[in-house]
Parts: sequence; C-alpha cells; structure tokens
Amino acid sequence: MVALTLNPIDIEAVVAKLITPASGGVNVFIGTTRNHSHGREVTLLEYEAFEPMAIELMGDLERRAHEQWPLHGVVLVHRLGKVSIGEASVVVGVSASHRKEAFEACRYLIDSLKKEVPVWKREHFADGTVEWSGENQKSQIKKQNKSKSEIKN
Amino acid sequence: MKIYLRLFANARDLAGFGEQAVDLEGNPRAAEVLDYLSRVNPEFNAWRRSIRLAVNRRYVDEGHVLSENDEVAVIPPVSGG
Repeated sequence: MVALTLNPIDIEAVVAKLITPASGGVNVFIGTTRNHSHGREVTLLEYEAFEPMAIELMGDLERRAHEQWPLHGVVLVHRLGKVSIGEASVVVGVSASHRKEAFEACRYLIDSLKKEVPVWKREHFADGTVEWSGENQKSQIKKQNKSKSEIKN
Repeated sequence: MKIYLRLFANARDLAGFGEQAVDLEGNPRAAEVLDYLSRVNPEFNAWRRSIRLAVNRRYVDEGHVLSENDEVAVIPPVSGG
C-alpha cells in the first residue's frame, strides 16, 4: 500500500495493516521532522510532491521489494503540506516471516524513497526565512566552485 | 513541437512558473528543456547538473528524444523523508 496524505500518519493503522498470521516480525521506519538543519533552528516543514509520479515510483519500490524479499506486506506513506516539528513525515513498514528480510527491505525502501521519489521539503527557519532543503548548500557549493575556479585562473 | 513543462520546488521558483506549454523546434532531446530554462533564468545553469528530467512520469537522461505532447517534469534534487 502506498499513499500521500495531508493528514497525520496513523502509525498504529500502518502496523495493523502489516501484521499477518504468517508474519514473524514487522519493521517500521518513521521519519520525523527535526527542529534543526545545518545548525539553524527550524520551526516548521512543508512538503510538496509531483503526486502522480511519486505514487507511481512508490508503487515500483513496493513491487521491487516484493521481488527481492519474501515479504507479507509493504506500506509506504509520505506526508504532504505543513508538518509540525516532531511529527512523522514518512512511514515505511514491512512484514515478513523473519527479521533479516524485514530489516533489509525496510532499509532498501526508505533509502530508495529518499533518492528517487519526487517529494520536496521546505524549511521554515526561526529567523523567518523559508528555503527549499538543499537550496542554501547548493549556493554555497556554487560559491566554493566559483572561488576554486578563480584560484585556478 | 509542443511539450508541456511541469516545474517543482526550487525549479518553479527560479522559472517563475509551475506549468507551461513550450514549442521546441525539430526533434528535440530532453537537454533542450534545460537550454530553454537557462534562457528563462540563467541561474538554472548552476543547477543544471543536479536537475533530473522525467518524461510522462519516468526519469530520462538528457539524450532522450521528446515526442509531441510529452509532459516533461523538471525535478530538482528530491528531499523527501
């Protein structure tokens, strides 16, 4: 099951969906919104997605996980819109007969989701500025590269 | 040839629009979308290497040949989770 939601993620409901009589374990990764980013205080996060593509890619990940491991269930849920500090922004869960495949599949799913799925985070800082995640580092990289090329020249 | 651009997050802010129909000449490749965006706002040059393109919701490389009415999504570095 894959989903994008504007509402708080019901973690109990995710776990209930995953447990089957054959399951020996459920592994759930909960990504939560933190109050700091690169040393600056964050007060609120906002997520947006290219929704149809995100749903398609999350569905691909679900299928690939089922192909690679003998899983009973897979759930991927990502929150969109404004998310307060300390809330779950993403929940990835799997169930399987044994913990080894549950841990491996869960790790694969969250790592792949973060690399591939078109979702973006906007950080609201305590000083009132709002930035897309990575925007500031990018401009710093640009400046660093620029100063490097200036040195070369 | 008409294609439909969709831009997200930082890319939308740089371009100043989230959706646009664009006419490209000949048999354009996906890279020409990035050339077009660099003309809209030269700041796209700094982002060019980190932007990914998706045609009809599938990631493609810059050499992908576009077709009439393709939906081309401009995907800056993703930051979900």
